[in-house]
Amino acid sequence: MNRKVLAEYNYTLKPVVKGYNRRTLYVNVGSKEIKEKPVTDMMIDKFVGGKGFDLYLMWHGVKDNTKWNDPENEICISFGPLCGNTSYPGSGKSIVTTISPLTGIPVDCNVGGHFGPYTKFAGFDALELQGKAEEDVIVYIDGDSGVVKIMTAPDERINSHILAEELIKEFADGEGKEQFVSVVSSGEAANNVLITCLNFSFWDKRRKVARLKQAGRGGTGTVFRDKGIKALVVKYSGLKVDTNNPVDLPTLQKTGLKLHKEIEAGDADQCRMHQVGTAHLMEIMNDYDLLPIRNFKYGQMPEAESLHSREFTKLFTQGMADGCWYGCSLSCCKAVDHFKPRTGPYKGQPVCVDGPEYETAAGCGSNICAWDPKDVVEINFYCDTYGVDTISFGTSVAFVMECYENGILNKERTGGLDLSWGNTDAALELLHQMAKGEGFGVIVGQGVRRMKKIFAEEFGADPQFLQDIGMEAKGLEYSQYMSKESLAQQGGYTLALKGPQHDEAWLIFMDMVNNHIPTFKDKAEALHYFPMFRTWFGLQGLCKLPWNDIEPANNAQTDEPAKVPEHVQNYVDIYKAITGKPMDKHELIRQSERVYNFQKVFCMRMGGGRRIDDIPPYRAVGPVTEEEYLSRQDRYDNLLKDKIGVDPEGKSVAEKMDITRKYREDQYQQLVDAVYERKGWTKDGVPTLEHLKSIGMDLPEVLDVVKRFL
Amino acid sequence: MKVLKTYPEKCISCHVCESTCSSLYFKEDNADLSCIQIHDQTQPTQMNVCNQCQTCVAACPTCAITVNKQGVVMISKSLCIGCLMCVAVCPTDSMRTAFGKHNPFKCIACGACVKTCPADALEIAEL
Repeated sequence: MNRKVLAEYNYTLKPVVKGYNRRTLYVNVGSKEIKEKPVTDMMIDKFVGGKGFDLYLMWHGVKDNTKWNDPENEICISFGPLCGNTSYPGSGKSIVTTISPLTGIPVDCNVGGHFGPYTKFAGFDALELQGKAEEDVIVYIDGDSGVVKIMTAPDERINSHILAEELIKEFADGEGKEQFVSVVSSGEAANNVLITCLNFSFWDKRRKVARLKQAGRGGTGTVFRDKGIKALVVKYSGLKVDTNNPVDLPTLQKTGLKLHKEIEAGDADQCRMHQVGTAHLMEIMNDYDLLPIRNFKYGQMPEAESLHSREFTKLFTQGMADGCWYGCSLSCCKAVDHFKPRTGPYKGQPVCVDGPEYETAAGCGSNICAWDPKDVVEINFYCDTYGVDTISFGTSVAFVMECYENGILNKERTGGLDLSWGNTDAALELLHQMAKGEGFGVIVGQGVRRMKKIFAEEFGADPQFLQDIGMEAKGLEYSQYMSKESLAQQGGYTLALKGPQHDEAWLIFMDMVNNHIPTFKDKAEALHYFPMFRTWFGLQGLCKLPWNDIEPANNAQTDEPAKVPEHVQNYVDIYKAITGKPMDKHELIRQSERVYNFQKVFCMRMGGGRRIDDIPPYRAVGPVTEEEYLSRQDRYDNLLKDKIGVDPEGKSVAEKMDITRKYREDQYQQLVDAVYERKGWTKDGVPTLEHLKSIGMDLPEVLDVVKRFL
Repeated sequence: MKVLKTYPEKCISCHVCESTCSSLYFKEDNADLSCIQIHDQTQPTQMNVCNQCQTCVAACPTCAITVNKQGVVMISKSLCIGCLMCVAVCPTDSMRTAFGKHNPFKCIACGACVKTCPADALEIAEL
């Protein structure tokens, strides 16, 4: 490829010390400025790394009124002090943040692949991208020789499954060295729509293909393309067990080996991550009436049997070392090899498809009634290569299918597409339209919040109905669990800072199935602890899955099985072994609390983060339609009798729904009160000055913003 | 396939094989660094060593573990990133590690211990 170097920056290579490089890399693709920034003690003490560093850098890069497509918006990618160690499973995560085109507030994504660890070992604790390039560019970090370059990108093709592979081959030092290069890219759809993602590659030595992991949520791909970035490329060839330079390698190895052995002994009987990845959840969710079907209307259908994990197991190549970073024995990133799409530009060409994972299988499968697993694989493939987020795609398509069912949409309005439930040809056509930037697909690709406005204004649809069935909050589409019957999970989703994603809290079994957190106080405690605990993974560059998708054999006998105490101790141990800093299970939560509250204040600064932003659509809380009520009539009638004290006898369904709705919405508000109080926030959701001081997040710039709201 | 065959009933627990192995590969007389392990705390004595079953080969994320022409499982130190996943999957606990060392290690059927064993409890066999 004939590339012109537009800017070049040489830096000194030096080893990582106790998990840190003590510098970050700033690249402005508009002004072509490339520079290093120091990592201060304050940054480490208060922000730790990973998402903390991202948010800190981004806070100082943007203004109060920065929109997603302003040049000063940033894409920050950081890795955390534990990231890149090869001893403990799940240690290769990058965390991506930007001001989201869907929400207008910071979004954060936790993603695998080799880019994060390699960029860290190339010499930087975070990468900060700003500006807008006049012509498409590639940013190249050569971690072997200490050079960063901004280069022209005349590459014709930008879809990730092709671009990633081409760039890996171009920048590798020859055949057999491809594993030392990793690429971040998006795809054609990111030029045209908002529900987009970034793909982080890792070279699969056995398959000899570039595998793709997604920083999925919030439209990161759209910001990337708006900046004129075609790809980020990193090369680093020196990986060893001690590249992260831990203070206590033996403890790190010992703790990692203990978990490897636990996985080897227990995974086949527990989650079967090694065999089928997170898709093992499909039948569990269907059995518990929690699988989203028909835009989250129902949680269970006999047809869902066809999306049982055994069907995906058959499609996934078995027996492969499918870790998205070295040393992950959970190996959950499964792949479908030699898949031949039946539609679109790659029709008939054999491709390797990453996934489907549970979210994709549910969102692009059951939620839109796509009952053929191969259709789900095809949607998965095109979403990834076009740079579309499978979660937002699934929820957005489910929304338009329900609108179609209700006559809000028709063929005239969809450009001839029949959006009946289960029409996978139409769903795929929407995807191809997103890539081409034409047709109704471009509307769907704006996401549910914008579609609600368009359908109300242009088609005269009832805004209240659209609000009730449109599964978004803060502008972000819900991920794929039914929260209707779990008040705690309604909070888990809707109170999540970036928007309704399950990565802050997944409490459905604790709450709905096992009834372990019956009171508001219990639920509030869970909605404090788990979001803080899970935030910690993003500060360190870790994956959440090895925490509780494998459990020690005696976990059920511990005092707090939901927390998996032995694994919490593992994290304490490996943190100390790498950084040499003191740590215990309380300080772990405190580290997260500082960054979590910083992110909350960041949201407020950008115009979000208010109590009104924490309101769910009613579909996430209770039955919107009569058929929904009737599908669980016994449950809802019993609730009327037992919880509300109303005899359902003789009442119409509409009357019963009305009473149920008032009760559930009131319960939700009471939950919000309890959670805000537990988190140290006012009733309006504003962190109090006292609380910020007590956790050590009382930086002047933070207090300045908070004072505007008190 | 070349493999180190053991005869525990002949073993006299002198541990010379462990000394030979660790001295050869780590330049240190230390049983913890030997690819062959003699467990004589309980009777009968057990001799643990790699049987070249190849289970570890598929588990290696960097393809650092390969099988040579003689059927012996070899670890490439330049490719190994020390994750120890091979240690966890080994069905006979014969993939060895010493915490603090960068790479796991294993018997490559070199035969050095066969020569020093005073009890004829070891031999290199072709299976």
